[in-house]
Amino acid sequence: MDELQLLKDELSKRDAEIAKLKMALQEKEKQLSLRTDVTEEALKPLKQVNKLSNESISRYSRQLILPELGVTGQVKLTNSSVLIVGAGGLGCPSAVYLAAAGIGRLGIVDYDEVELSNLHRQILHTEDRVGMSKSQSVATTCHRLNSGVEYVPYHLALDSCNALPIISQYDIVLDATDNVATRYLLNDACVIAGKTLVSGSALRFEGQLTVYNYENGPCYRCLYPKPPPPQTVTNCSDGGVVGVVPGIIGCMQALEAIKIASGIKSSFGQRMLLFDAIDGTFRCVKLRGRQPSCPVCGDAPTITQLIDYEQFCGAKASDKDKAMNILEKEQRMSAKEYKTILEEKKPHILVDVRQPVELEICQLPNTKTINIPVSSLQKEEKISELRDRINQLKSNGDDKVPIVVVCRRGNDSQSAVNTLKQQLLDNNIEIKDIKGGLHSWSKNVDHNFPQY
Amino acid sequence: MEISLEFSGGAELLFDNNKKHDVILPDQKEKWNIKNLLVWMKDNMLRERPELFLQGETVRPGILVLVNDADWELVGELEYEIQSKDRIVFISTLHGG
Repeated sequence: MDELQLLKDELSKRDAEIAKLKMALQEKEKQLSLRTDVTEEALKPLKQVNKLSNESISRYSRQLILPELGVTGQVKLTNSSVLIVGAGGLGCPSAVYLAAAGIGRLGIVDYDEVELSNLHRQILHTEDRVGMSKSQSVATTCHRLNSGVEYVPYHLALDSCNALPIISQYDIVLDATDNVATRYLLNDACVIAGKTLVSGSALRFEGQLTVYNYENGPCYRCLYPKPPPPQTVTNCSDGGVVGVVPGIIGCMQALEAIKIASGIKSSFGQRMLLFDAIDGTFRCVKLRGRQPSCPVCGDAPTITQLIDYEQFCGAKASDKDKAMNILEKEQRMSAKEYKTILEEKKPHILVDVRQPVELEICQLPNTKTINIPVSSLQKEEKISELRDRINQLKSNGDDKVPIVVVCRRGNDSQSAVNTLKQQLLDNNIEIKDIKGGLHSWSKNVDHNFPQY
Repeated sequence: MEISLEFSGGAELLFDNNKKHDVILPDQKEKWNIKNLLVWMKDNMLRERPELFLQGETVRPGILVLVNDADWELVGELEYEIQSKDRIVFISTLHGG
């Protein structure tokens, strides 16, 4: 018994010590030589060295003995600066390898804060940093790996005003962003500032990599003079992504940046790497050269200063989904109103327009839900299933048959209401969607309902 | 004429979610080029929402076309004369990260 008490006492003593140590650690982290809230103000020029310290020789010995790199390459790395735009699935792996390799200065731009749904791929953030600035989080983690590198976290959204002052201060820029507008902004800014752009992207099980504006090769606009129609663009939040895919592409971006900075040439100027994780294939394709007609890097450029990229692309410079308002108020119901319908057992048909894989994650407590993915709303076999259900309900009375449409956030459900209305013109129905979708259900009706 | 059509980056979602299609182009008076291949694909392969793949007579912005692993710009774009056994790839550009 005494022994048990002793152990308990010992345990609480140790717990107190751990708490004290954690406090001390937090204090230390605050005092780190990390800059906070850096804006586009000019940095001091990166200190140039012409030889390596003994510590650096030990630290980088395994890459120093490579004849392609050697002391000359390592000195060049130490004297180089890289700006990573996007501290997410691509930015994390590229930052950690650039830091490990001993780049001189590493700038990290991200306006966003860490969320739980980031952690499966944005591997430098941690559970206890949810809510913290992503750029700060990446700088903190990299600093623990290599404190000899100078880290400059920028907690801001890159835009047409701040892009050039920031980019001009770095040697190489990494596009690790997640949206079309910022990709065009970065491209134009890099052409105007004369910087090489190492561009990576990833979605689902695929990744792509190219180095733009490199050795008179093409820029992003040479390849894509016109932005894609916004409805054809999928982000990671809607399309999904396997964490290791941006991991691999981000590592490739770090590798190309290291090659360029150390004087080895990049392999991806005027070439594109296509990675398919399902097939396990890496394919490398030859791209067009720089286009003399390109509006930004061509012979007679018409874009000589940065423009409004959200307007140019017709899309926001973030990958956050925003709530759309397609339907009128009276065509929508709240999650709470739908709860009442369920409780009062009112006859109705619930149409869930998400993909089948999403219904496996969670669905509303209605055993008779019909699943018609928003991409299949035109398919006749799905619609005829719905018609059968309408006719079943109709035989019970003459009133309009209520149809309720639901999706994850309440965007797809609105366009689905419009499509279904057209498809069911000759049926006596009243069709509404649930405003805010399952997210609203989780927030306003059932707090135990999962959000994804 | 036998050729192979491939799709990636999400473009396969418009073609039965199938990344590789071996197709036989029927004999015709005109020579097969990418321009009339796109028309043939629209009539014979593209079941729904053609606007997500085509715009006018060409592919929509954001789709890169490769002929035997080279950017189609290098071989004449729409006017490229298709050869037997060619591999033509349509890649939807990714923007995520």
